[in-house]
Amino acid sequence: MNISNLLRSLLFALLITVASNLSAQEKVEITEADYGNTKVEMADTMRSNGKIYVVVAVIITIFAGMVFYTFTIDRKIKNLEEKEND
Amino acid sequence: MRKSWWKYLTVSKLLYVIVAGLLFDAPRLNILNETIRALHFHVPMWFGMVLLLLLSIIYAIKYLISGNLKHDAMSVEFANVGIVFGLLGIFTGMIWATYTWNSPWSNDPKQNSAAIGLLIYFAYIILRGSIEDKMTKARVSSVYNVIAFFALIALLFILPRLTDSLHPGNGGNPGFNAYDLDNELRKVFYTAVLGWTMFGFWVATLRIRLKFIELKRNEYI
Repeated sequence: MNISNLLRSLLFALLITVASNLSAQEKVEITEADYGNTKVEMADTMRSNGKIYVVVAVIITIFAGMVFYTFTIDRKIKNLEEKEND
Repeated sequence: MRKSWWKYLTVSKLLYVIVAGLLFDAPRLNILNETIRALHFHVPMWFGMVLLLLLSIIYAIKYLISGNLKHDAMSVEFANVGIVFGLLGIFTGMIWATYTWNSPWSNDPKQNSAAIGLLIYFAYIILRGSIEDKMTKARVSSVYNVIAFFALIALLFILPRLTDSLHPGNGGNPGFNAYDLDNELRKVFYTAVLGWTMFGFWVATLRIRLKFIELKRNEYI
């Protein structure tokens, strides 16, 4: 059996499934009016006094820390690989 | 450094998603209100899970053809990260649902089938853990992986659509159908799907590389 043919048909089947799902969806469009609809409550105060930036800063700091840590692990594995190949 | 450009790309995509997801204008919709922003974090978990599990089944089939334990190692690690994404998807969904559907678990068809799908993959981990011999483990679990993936596709993409659901795109539910397609949201959302999936892929490659070292030490490859 040719493996790349098999994989290709598998991928094709999946794409067909996903595509047919997308077309089957009933959508209610979001319009410009929805962006300006002030009747719907949003966190406008938090945005106008700038506190939202505090939230963004906190999340970005945590994310940066995790990314840094992941890079550290990556480097450690690289060192292990180099040792293994010697 | 040169080989890891895509890791930096992943990180910058996710930084954009966090900033844009929280700060950019979002449509003001009833019931959803600000929680619409969860779209950029909850839904990519499911996209990421399906894509990682797709990689897992591809390498399971490759293993069945080649008998190379490297392929098995890749298959299992993609599955592991995929399962973590699925769990995060379930939990974030429960948080979101508490405030929009009034209950963390409303027996929504998509919630139920996502949970069943995850259970099928838990069984995959248990199956692997219960077989001692490496070759038998790899072969049996690869076959199971193929069955599990198609069951998951049926559970997530076919069954929920045959009935009414609170999730967008399933049955009639205008309030929630709305957030599916909108150009402003789409920009951030597609970046989020790519970013989170690539991040999962990165973590999987780390575990795969560790597995390779282990296989080499035990002279399996």
